[in-house]
Amino acid sequence: MGLKNTLHNLKEKYKGKKMAPAFNAIHTFLYLPNETTHSGSHVRAADDLKRTMNTVIMALVPVLLFGMFNAGYQHYSAINGFPADFSLLNDFLTWDNFLIGVTTVLPLVIVSYVIGLAVEFVFAVIKGHEVEEGYLVTGMLVPLIVPIDTPLWMLAIAVIFGVVIGKEVFGGTGMNILNPALTIRAFLFFAYPTWMSGDKVWVHEAVERAGTADAISGETILGQLAQNTDASYSISDMFFGFIPGSVGETSTFLILLGGLFLIFTKIASWRIMLSAVIGALTMGLIFNGVVSADWISEGSKFYGLMSFEFWQHLLVGGLAFGIVYMATDPVTGSQTNKGKWYYGFFIGFISVLIRVFNPAYPEGVFLAILLMNVFAPTIDHYVVQANVKRRLKRSKKATA
Amino acid sequence: MGLLSKKDANLILDPLADNNPITIQVLGICSALAITAELKASIVMAVSVMFVLGMGNVVISLMRNIIPSKIRIIVQLVVVAALVIIVDQVLKAFAYELSKTLSVFVGLIITNCIIMGRFEAFALANGPWRSFLDGIGNSLGYGLILIIVGFFRELLGSGTLLGFKVLGDPIEKTGLYAIGYENNGFMLLSPMALIVVGIIIWIQRSRNKALIEEN
Repeated sequence: MGLKNTLHNLKEKYKGKKMAPAFNAIHTFLYLPNETTHSGSHVRAADDLKRTMNTVIMALVPVLLFGMFNAGYQHYSAINGFPADFSLLNDFLTWDNFLIGVTTVLPLVIVSYVIGLAVEFVFAVIKGHEVEEGYLVTGMLVPLIVPIDTPLWMLAIAVIFGVVIGKEVFGGTGMNILNPALTIRAFLFFAYPTWMSGDKVWVHEAVERAGTADAISGETILGQLAQNTDASYSISDMFFGFIPGSVGETSTFLILLGGLFLIFTKIASWRIMLSAVIGALTMGLIFNGVVSADWISEGSKFYGLMSFEFWQHLLVGGLAFGIVYMATDPVTGSQTNKGKWYYGFFIGFISVLIRVFNPAYPEGVFLAILLMNVFAPTIDHYVVQANVKRRLKRSKKATA
Repeated sequence: MGLLSKKDANLILDPLADNNPITIQVLGICSALAITAELKASIVMAVSVMFVLGMGNVVISLMRNIIPSKIRIIVQLVVVAALVIIVDQVLKAFAYELSKTLSVFVGLIITNCIIMGRFEAFALANGPWRSFLDGIGNSLGYGLILIIVGFFRELLGSGTLLGFKVLGDPIEKTGLYAIGYENNGFMLLSPMALIVVGIIIWIQRSRNKALIEEN
């Protein structure tokens, strides 16, 4: 009770002062606020913003843990070769693997949260409004969508940029046009491209060992395909996620579980997820069709990615992660049910399109989602206008 | 400013801050985004625009009473085009490498909104001396922003200033690069110039509340 009382007293003491939002934030983060309504005609639902955010974080925890184990697994496999007969307990869920994960992934998480929340606190104090919960999910998403060895200072700069330019200039949580986590990734991608692509960044220590006798590397499946070589991983490896890639994006299986969890708790929109899957499959089918119709020669630099089985696009790269956790962001996505179908479909469709045709970097999910973030209000506008028109017509018919 | 009366001095000082052509009037953005990846190019662009705008304002001001208002835009274009060709030829003759960097953007000074804007808004209604001051003031305001943007983009994007390696050598890993610093490639792309200009506007408006429009 001591801490709660102290915080409460501090809150009363600083009421109306400049530092008040900082204390309020700590108070509401730890305890239920004491100013809630107890009577009258108010909606008293339990799922406030904080609980919504916590649910998403719960859905992200398995992915994060898997990413930690996978960090170690990829590291040791790159050094010793992949185990001949793979056993989950002996080769994957080991303390050695987890240790690598803790020492590489945890710093990313800490930097992301400390820097991001510091920016939020500074802006709350300057603007004199309450600290918003918006960064809770972003802070967890960011370490999951960057390569394992991203230098921490780069991440810190990107987080500052993403939170300030991606969110605060628009008015803070709930007002942003672009998904802040993807803004951070886009910044990293354009600012430090050598750290975001190639065959060195996906495996821990590969960059430091480059050029030495112990050099190791691990190319993503999309990277292999972009060079017209066949993917060297089995379908089950792709599905369960024992492949190189950004920290949290590899395991489609766990992302699928997280997605189902979010759908059952009604946090994320199943319409967006489903339509994005349909969009990705459609584009994949078109490319497969182009290949089977012999419109493209085997020497073409797009051949590898175009001939990739259409449904396997969902298993590799960040497509599944983006669809489940990023595209469904309730702030930056479409709000209308019909709009969500269009919004999701084009995310999947454009993701695969950019993935195949992007010459510098064989991945396009974050670009596609950012692009559709921009178009989401336009889609909603036309959906609403169409509805208005239909209802006007109906009322005219009824009165005529 | 003993040389100028207070009214005349304001012609030069206003565009530097509270009536800046880029950050307040939002004119001349294209060139501010396109050529500010290097500080040197920004400076040359600023000087070129200063010459064109200063001279052009004087010429238009001298002719203001004999230009038929129906064809005044054509006349203005002819004057700007003539001045821009002079700048272009001088650059080609004495700074060929630089004129290659600036490429088409010297020619595009003709379409810089600031120039036509000042002709229309000021030179057509004022005497040559005041028009000259107005031209110099506005091009100084334009150049100021260009140089600020160019400074940050070259420093953070290439680690150099005017070509000097102020942060150390990225290939031999000296200076800042020895401790793992890397250049920010995003700074060299035009979208980042827009964001830098946006940040300047943000800082300016939060310091001077009078500039914030009512919604």
